[in-house]
Amino acid sequence: MGCTPEGVAKAVRAAADVVAEHRAELVELDRAIGDGDHGENLNRGFQAVVAALDAGLPDTPGGVLKLVATTLIAKVGGAAGPLYGTAFLRASTVVSNEPELGAAQIVAALRAGLEGVQARGKAVEGDKTMVDALLPAVDAAGQAGAGDVASVLSAAAEAAATGADATVDLVAHKGRASYLGERSAGHLDPGARSTALLLGAFAEAAR
Amino acid sequence: MTVGLVLVSHSEKLAEGLAEVAAQMAPDVTILPAGGLPGGGIGTDYDTVVDAVRRADTGSGVVVLYDLGSAQMTAELAVESLAEPGSVTVADAPLVEGAVAAAVAAQGGADRAAVLDAAVSATGPAELADTTSAAEPDADSVELTLTNEVGLHARPAAVLARSLAPIEADVIVRLGEQEADAHSVLALMALGARKGDRIEVRAGGAQAGEALRVVQELVQDNFGEPA
Repeated sequence: MGCTPEGVAKAVRAAADVVAEHRAELVELDRAIGDGDHGENLNRGFQAVVAALDAGLPDTPGGVLKLVATTLIAKVGGAAGPLYGTAFLRASTVVSNEPELGAAQIVAALRAGLEGVQARGKAVEGDKTMVDALLPAVDAAGQAGAGDVASVLSAAAEAAATGADATVDLVAHKGRASYLGERSAGHLDPGARSTALLLGAFAEAAR
Repeated sequence: MTVGLVLVSHSEKLAEGLAEVAAQMAPDVTILPAGGLPGGGIGTDYDTVVDAVRRADTGSGVVVLYDLGSAQMTAELAVESLAEPGSVTVADAPLVEGAVAAAVAAQGGADRAAVLDAAVSATGPAELADTTSAAEPDADSVELTLTNEVGLHARPAAVLARSLAPIEADVIVRLGEQEADAHSVLALMALGARKGDRIEVRAGGAQAGEALRVVQELVQDNFGEPA
């Protein structure tokens, strides 16, 4: 079964709930090695996304993704705004006006999102950023690409969680944490964590 | 019409304060702060930046400077969203020095590429090394003693660079072993010339004599400082 605009909206609302639940945790993670605003910013952004969806559901999955992108860009106010905003924007472009998304399109959307994040933030694997969760997620999704939407997202979410956990040992080379140098090691990266949370919520919603 | 500037910062106060500092040296340049979140919090707001970039463009384009990571990303997104992104450039430059250097360049009538160049090359003392013997070997020169209170500090340096901008001449100011391009406010400031210091001014080019006359007048007039 493919993914309709309603399905994408449901996944996005689930992500908003998860971000709200983990707001304090993300704030704590970001306070340790960043400026402490990640949980607050992301929650504000996703609450605005929910309000925008309440106001009117776009008639294509790509339209929903684009609404998420523009809302996050306008409302988040920290690095997560332009990064996630660009990711959703690129994802929306790649799925174009398709009425329903299959597994292959979900993989393509994830890959476009990763490319967007990398183009915007210039981070590579190992820099201790959301790329360390998103990149393995895209790889895993690609390998699961022959399956259905649920199995693709589930593989992506699992790989993202593992990738995020692995950021604990890394020294940050991008973002605010990079100012800490070696002292950034020993902490989970808040951006990688939020990426894992979002993908986890998408996977749960698709199940 | 001059090139406009937009200063993107996480802090409203930082952006506004810097706009004030830069405007002091460039009264005719549109310098718009775009700092903080709408509610007053720390962060960068996309709509604020887009709005500032649109308003700063009076026909000659805009150079955007930023403070940290997400400010750069927000600035780049804002520029990409414009109908004519080609008229706006995000400068990878030190924010304070870059804004001051860009403002003075814009005030002097520099085009967008030159304003951008002024911003990204605004690293202070490094400019000194680049400017040695920039003037022609047979340049005219004059020795002057600074009599104003603050010496070649920010405002006098800006007045000097601004006054020389329309004159076709290479002008070098020497203090002891150090030389500075008189068109660069930051290079002039980096000399650290104070009241009572004796500077040598060398000029070459089509209007070298006029340039020396202007410098001489400014020094004698204490750069317009009240006596």
